[in-house]
Formats: sequence, structure tokens, C-alpha cells
Amino acid sequence: MILPVDPNLEQQLSDKPPLRDDLRRAAGKIAVFQYTGVVIFLFLISGFWRLQVQNPQFYDERAQANSIKSVPILAPRGRILDRDGRVIVDNHSSYTLILARESLKEEHLKPIAQGLNLDYNDLVDKVRRFASRPKYEPIVLKEELSPAELAFVDSHRDFFPELVKIQAQRRLYPQNGMMAHVIGYTGEISESELDDPAFAKYDPGAVIGKFGIEREYNDVLMGVDGQRQVVVDNRGQVREVLKEKPAVPGKDLQLTIDLDLQVVAELAMEDKNGAVVALDPRTGEVLAMVSRPTFDPNKFAVHIKSKDWQEIAQNKENPLLNRAIQAQQAPGSTFKPIVALAGLETGTIDDTFTIHCPGGATFYGHYYHCHLKGGHGAVSLHKAIVQSCDVYFYNVANKLGIDKMAFYADLAGYGHVTGIDLPGEKPGVVPSTEWKLRMFRQKWYAGENISVGIGQGALTVTPLQLARAYGGIALDGQWHTPHLVKGGKDTVKEWTFDQKNWTEVIDGTCGVVNEGGTGVRAALPGVTVCGKTGTAQVASNEFTKGKSDKDLKDNAWFVGFAPRENPEIVVAAYYEHGAESKFAAPIVRDVIKAYLDKKVRLNALKQEQQRLAAMANFVPPGIEVRR
Amino acid sequence: MSKYLSARDIDWPLLIITMLVCGVGVLQIYSATLGTAYHSSWWRQILYVAGGLFLMWLVLAFDYHSFLRYVPALYIASVAALLGTYAVGQAAFGSRRWIPLGAGLHLQVSEFVKLVIILLVARYLAELKTEALEIREMVILSALVAVPAVLVLIEPDLGTSLTYFAVLVTGAFLAGLRWKYVAAIAIVAVLVLPVGYSFLKDYQKARIVGFMDPERDPRGTGYQLIQSQIAVGSGGMFGKGVTKGTQTQLRFLPVPHKDFIFSAFAEEHGFVGVVFMLAAFFVMIMRIVQNAQTAPDPVGMYICMGVAGLLLFHVLVNVGMVAGLMPVTGIPLPFMSAGGSSVWSSFLALGLVNNVRLRRFVN
Repeated sequence: MILPVDPNLEQQLSDKPPLRDDLRRAAGKIAVFQYTGVVIFLFLISGFWRLQVQNPQFYDERAQANSIKSVPILAPRGRILDRDGRVIVDNHSSYTLILARESLKEEHLKPIAQGLNLDYNDLVDKVRRFASRPKYEPIVLKEELSPAELAFVDSHRDFFPELVKIQAQRRLYPQNGMMAHVIGYTGEISESELDDPAFAKYDPGAVIGKFGIEREYNDVLMGVDGQRQVVVDNRGQVREVLKEKPAVPGKDLQLTIDLDLQVVAELAMEDKNGAVVALDPRTGEVLAMVSRPTFDPNKFAVHIKSKDWQEIAQNKENPLLNRAIQAQQAPGSTFKPIVALAGLETGTIDDTFTIHCPGGATFYGHYYHCHLKGGHGAVSLHKAIVQSCDVYFYNVANKLGIDKMAFYADLAGYGHVTGIDLPGEKPGVVPSTEWKLRMFRQKWYAGENISVGIGQGALTVTPLQLARAYGGIALDGQWHTPHLVKGGKDTVKEWTFDQKNWTEVIDGTCGVVNEGGTGVRAALPGVTVCGKTGTAQVASNEFTKGKSDKDLKDNAWFVGFAPRENPEIVVAAYYEHGAESKFAAPIVRDVIKAYLDKKVRLNALKQEQQRLAAMANFVPPGIEVRR
Repeated sequence: MSKYLSARDIDWPLLIITMLVCGVGVLQIYSATLGTAYHSSWWRQILYVAGGLFLMWLVLAFDYHSFLRYVPALYIASVAALLGTYAVGQAAFGSRRWIPLGAGLHLQVSEFVKLVIILLVARYLAELKTEALEIREMVILSALVAVPAVLVLIEPDLGTSLTYFAVLVTGAFLAGLRWKYVAAIAIVAVLVLPVGYSFLKDYQKARIVGFMDPERDPRGTGYQLIQSQIAVGSGGMFGKGVTKGTQTQLRFLPVPHKDFIFSAFAEEHGFVGVVFMLAAFFVMIMRIVQNAQTAPDPVGMYICMGVAGLLLFHVLVNVGMVAGLMPVTGIPLPFMSAGGSSVWSSFLALGLVNNVRLRRFVN
């Protein structure tokens, strides 16, 4: 290649002024430049030496920390089903949208607000409020994203890198607080729970059962979260999945609850405070359990808002109390059949024992009223139960003494927890001389027997205990441990009493409903319902100061079972401040009716299916079936 | 004395080593932009290099003395073009550095002004009549360099404006600036620096703070420095392999095909690769210095040394930044970073060096 040459070159060169000795003088300085160059390159290489040769692990770890993230795969919690397999509690996946403020651009707020149906001014205010907080603290923009909002976020991922969506499994509980006390709720594990060895296996941030079945069967319901190791880029987008440990979903839990009965019981307790417990006395299976007032467990899902929590926690009526297992109240007259059994079994009375009721009686210098002012006249055991004559049972109690009553109350399951599979069950109180000595260091006074005989005094029971006790009586002395989960362990306690005594007492409870007794409102056509009413004074005077009239109204009880022969269901209703026991009876009646109606319906369905099956095999005469 | 300038006399080792650097650059651009919107950069870079070679050949065609004649015109044109950039320049990343040429091309005027500065300094110093560089002359020359430098600084582009002074300092040193003046300039600089700092844009201040203490705000200004050091350090002795650098490929590294290309290279090729590339740059610069030593006249020597000083400054600042030894100033690595303006101005500078070399036997 020949390069073009400037024709005037020589001319130019000759025009140049004579050379200074620049070149020679500069030679030394060029050497300085060269040494400077060497130093600079050594300086640079030393920098790379420090990074790449001396500390490569340190930087490699940081590079991995940049790009390799562990993302939990949340294990779905098991569903909760009723006895027929109908879903009571389900999960649903939901997305929460957060605003990563590190990459937030102010001018994005307007389109973001528009796309997510948020108020622009609210959003700007929110961002301003967070201005003084550290940048890595994200702002929660919206929970429970709708499909349209999700689509907006996904399609604008490149435009709004500050929008980050996180997936969460949410628990979907029945509405209106139905079954809230039985099911309970879940929540993030608390600091104090983390210190508890029972929760040692859980990590901070784990969502665990906090109440009810959710808590009792947490280990069954809660799955094991999986983990995914992913490579993410600088915007957090997953580029590659390195390792994946799949989540083990929680197991479904089938309850013994029958939703059909539960609904009826819930409706019957509408606008009332109290509790209903329905058991199958033959197995101890809980068919329905209601406590009122109730709360909405959906509000507790993961995080409860402080406003909602205050509302629930400061409510004077205490909606978080599961009255079915935690209300300890005087059983009132529902205790009388047990007193009667104690009297008969100990031989203190027999079926011929009769008293006269003038409307009250005096014991130890104190006059005790019968609930019927005019008196019941001549009262036998049967009539005493049917009419719930107080004077009769004052006499029996007086004859028995506290310790014999306490012995039989204890056999019926009072004074200790039934062992139902729910946390926080209360035992109630069965007073005795030993109990009084232990609790108050005082001697028992015979006068105290009298009120215990009609289910007052220090005696308290829970609605569940009452249902269980009557279930045992209905089965002539077979007590099954109540339980809420299908296939749960069924333990039985049995007494062998004189059959005559069972019959006598059960006849009495039958009369309560069917012979114009105090529980006629529980009667149902076509089936013999037995039961017992109870009207219990709320508390002795010392507790009544400063309470309103409503709070002082008597508690109403009714406990019933049916059918009389082969009892299948026992229902206890506790109507707080319900004034009179007759108001509790219809609750029990409704639940028993629902149970029996369903049985009839199922039988009819079964027969129809059998008929159809028979028809399928029927071949009309004269037709040949080819095979 | 020959009228013929033979292609044989071109500095072939210098050209080969330059092409080697360009080749590694294209490979690294390919790897760093894989799967991004910038992936066309690698073949664009090939076109730029080809264009650069053509421009270099064009520069060889004319005697460098003829360029010197046009220095005043070139200087005025440069200042006008920089003013024009400021007026119609395209704002990107908060600064106006480019004049749009259409078809997605942008001209970075300040890159080409470097060449004018080299010629200006060379001519001014070569025409000095005094033994040493007197303070009066130094002030005049500094002022001449400062006008375009300030225009670039307010674009704002601190890094490029500093390269002009690199050329000035190299020239002034070679011309025999007295040590007492060096001391005086240093003192003035120390006094002026805090004032100058207050004139810097916020992002420039943040970069300086970020360099002093990158961990102070790891998600903010220190981010680029930290990520670059992680990239370099995690490359280790032998690197992670082409297209395997996580910092580069997952975009934790900012602009891995432009200012931070050496960081991406260091991550994927390790210390061994770094030493190899730095050796290549060292040889490149030393070849240019050698050409200065064999220059036929002082002006040729000043041109070559201006180019050498410019390249040395670029490598120091860019590679130093990558290794966390220098603050983030945002100047490209010559012949490696993607971008037409940088590649072309570098090849033009190389053309000047070869121009001087071709005419070394004139005397």
C-alpha cells in the first residue's frame, strides 16, 4: 500500500523554524513518564490482586448473595371438613402488592394509582409518611389483588420495577363468625410462643394455629414449607431454579360436626348469648357446638388489624370465650337428676320417697323457696323431676350430704375437664368438704348442702359437661369422651347402677318434656324427647354490684336427648341471662329436630337408591337378555 | 529521504495489539449484552472498529503538520460544537452529552475534542521560544484547555473534561514546567478543590462520597462501586467463563458493556485475563511513547505523548474505578467499551501517532 503524500511536505519542512533541543531534553522526562506508567499499571494490578487473588471467596459469597435467593414455597394448610366431607375451612391464594421504595420513581405513582384503583393523593401521602424510614422497608400497597390488578402488575413489570407481588395462602373461614370458637384461627407465631419448647420446631414468621381446632391440630393441618433456590437478576426476576424442595401440604381434618345441625344451632342462638353443644352419646362425637357472642376469624388471618383486635379484646361480652367449654355456670335444676340418682343409688331415698311441698321449706333456720310459690303439694321422685320441685331436692340433698352428691357429680364428669380436643377447656367446680377445706381452709356447713341440691351454690359446670353427663345418663351409665375429630380416640367410662334407678330418672326427664313438665317446649311429634330444664341464679350478691339488670337475669339451661329408647343425640343449651329455662328448650328442640329430619331424609334417599338399584336388575318377562 | 510513505512503516505491533484489545472488547460486549436490548452492540462495535480503521487511514494521508495549521479553526469549531451539544444535546442519565445523528446514532462531541486538545497542546508547546515553560505561557495554555473542559464539565461530564487536563499535564511536564510552578499549581488546586466541589452536580458529589465510603449507602451511590468490586473479586484467579459471570449476566453490574466493561471482563476471565489485558494496554501505551521518542520533531513528540498521556489517564481512571481504586467518573475504556464516538476518537488518536511515525525519517 502506498499512502498519498502531501506534495508540499518538503516546502513545509523547510519553512519550519530551527529545532530547539526539546527532544533531547524531553528524553529524560519521557523516561519519567514511562516509570509513571509502570507504577500506574502495578497499582492497578495490585488492586485486582487484592480483589481476585486475596479475597475471591469473600466476593464470591457476596456475588452469590446477590443472585441466589431462597424463596419459601408455602405449604397449604389442610382443609377442615365436616362429618360428611363438606368443606368448612378452605385456603385461597392471594397476592399482596408491595412498593419497593429503593427503585421508586415519583412520576410512576400516578399511573400506578390509576392501574390499581388507588387514590393518588392517598398514595402520595403514604409515600411521604415513609420518607423518613429506611429505604428497604417496603410499603404495602394492596392486599388481596384482583385478577385485573394482577394482570396490570404483570404486564407492567418492566415499567414499574418497584412493584413487587408476594404470594400468601390465606385461610377462608365461614362468614358471620359461624363455628369461630370451634375452628379458631391462625396467626403469625408470637415472640412468647417462640420461647415455648412446644413451638421450637417453628421458625419466626411461621403461621400457626392460635385457637380452637386450628391450634389443637396444628401439627396435622400445618404442612412443611418447601424451599426453592433461585437465581435472580438485579430486579428480582427469577432467571433459573437451582434447587427445589417441594412443600408438603397439610392434611385435611374431618370433624365430627354435622354442618346441617351446626347451622340450625347457630340460627337458634342468633341474638342470644350462650352456647349449644350437641353430642352423639354413643360415641362422644360432637355434632354441633356454638358459642355466642362470636367473632370473625377471617380478621385474624395472618395479621389482625389493631383496631379489629381492640374491638374484640375490649368487648365486655368477651366474644373470644368459647362458652361451650369455658363458661362455668351453676347448672341449676339440670343437676336434680344426678342428685336423684345419688339418692337412689346410695339408698338414701327410694321410689316411694314422697314429701309435701308448700312452696318452700326451712333448713338449719333458713327458709328456702321453691320456684313454684304455691307449692307442688305431695311430690314423688317422678313428679319432683317433671315439675322440678326444689323442696323435694332440698330434702334429698339434706339427707345425702355434700360428699355423696360430689361423688356422683364427679362420676357424671363434673369438676374436671371432659378431655375434648380443644384447648382451654374449663373444669367447673364440684364443691365438697375436702374442696372447701383446700380452697378456703374452712369447714363445710350442712346448710350449704341445700342449695347444691338444686344446682346452685358453688357448683358450676360447662355446657359441654352437661351434654356429656346427660348422654351418659341416657345410655344408662356409659360416658364417652367428647371429641371433634373423626376417628378420634373414643374412651368410655361406665358405671353399673341398678337398672331400676336409671329407668326411674330417665322416666322423669321424659315427663319433663312430655307430661306437661317444665320442658314441654322441647317436645317433638313422633319421637320421645327427654330432657331437663334449669334456671340458675347468676351469682351471689357480692358479684352483682354495679351490674345492669340484664346481667343479673338468671341463666337458662336445657339439656335434652332423643329418642328415649336408643338415644342418638344429646343437646345442651346454655342461654346466658335467658331468664327462664323454657326459653332454652326450643333451641334444643330445633337441633334434635334437625337431626331426626336429616335421618328421615337419608333413609328415604337410601330406600330410593335401593329401589332404583332393584329396578336396574329387573327384566320384564318375555324379554331375552343377550349376554 | 523518501517521498513515499510505506504501509510497512505503520506501527504494526501497536496496531495488532490494538486490534487484539478491540477483539476482546467485542467478545466482552457480546457476553455482557447477551439477552438484553443492547445485544446489537457487539456487531455495531465491529462496524465502529472498521470505521475507526478507515478514519485512521484517512488521518495518515495528511501530514500532521498540516493539521497543526488548522488548530485555531478546529479549536473554535470544537467550542461551537460543545455549545451546540449543550443546546440541542440529548439528555440521557441526567446529562447532555450526545448530539443525535438519526438512526439511533449519537455523536459525543467531547470525545473528538480530545484530539483537538492534543494538537493544540502540541503546537503551543512546540512553538515556545523559552527554555522552560514559563508561568505566563502555562496560564494561557491552561485557559485555552479550560474553555472546552468547562463546557464538557457542565454537560455534565466530569470524566471527559478531566481527560483534557491529562493531555495538558503530560505536555506541560515534558515542556519543562518548573517544579516551583508544579508546587504552586498543587497549592492552588488544594485551595480551589473545595470550591470546585461545591460547583459539582449532586450526582458527582455523591459519586465522590460513594468512592470514599461505598458501604455508607450500598443501594445508592456506592452501588456501582460495590457491585463492580464484587464482580471483579468473585472472578477469582481464572474467572467464571464467557457469559457465565453472574454479576454481569444478571445485571447487578451497571452498564457492563460500556464504562464497566473491564469489570465484566475481570469477572469472566479472572486475574489471569486482567493481567493479560493490562499488559496489552501497557504495551500499547509504551509503543506510543516509543514513537514519541523517535518523532522527527518536538511537535510530533508532543502529539504522541499527548495520546499516550490520554490513554494512560483513561486506563487509570476506568480500570481503577472498576477495581474500586478510583471514584466513578464514567469515562470509557479505549478500544474496549462499546460506543462509536469513543472508538473513533481512539483510532483517530492512533492515526496521529502513526502519522508521526511514518514521517520519522524526515530528518
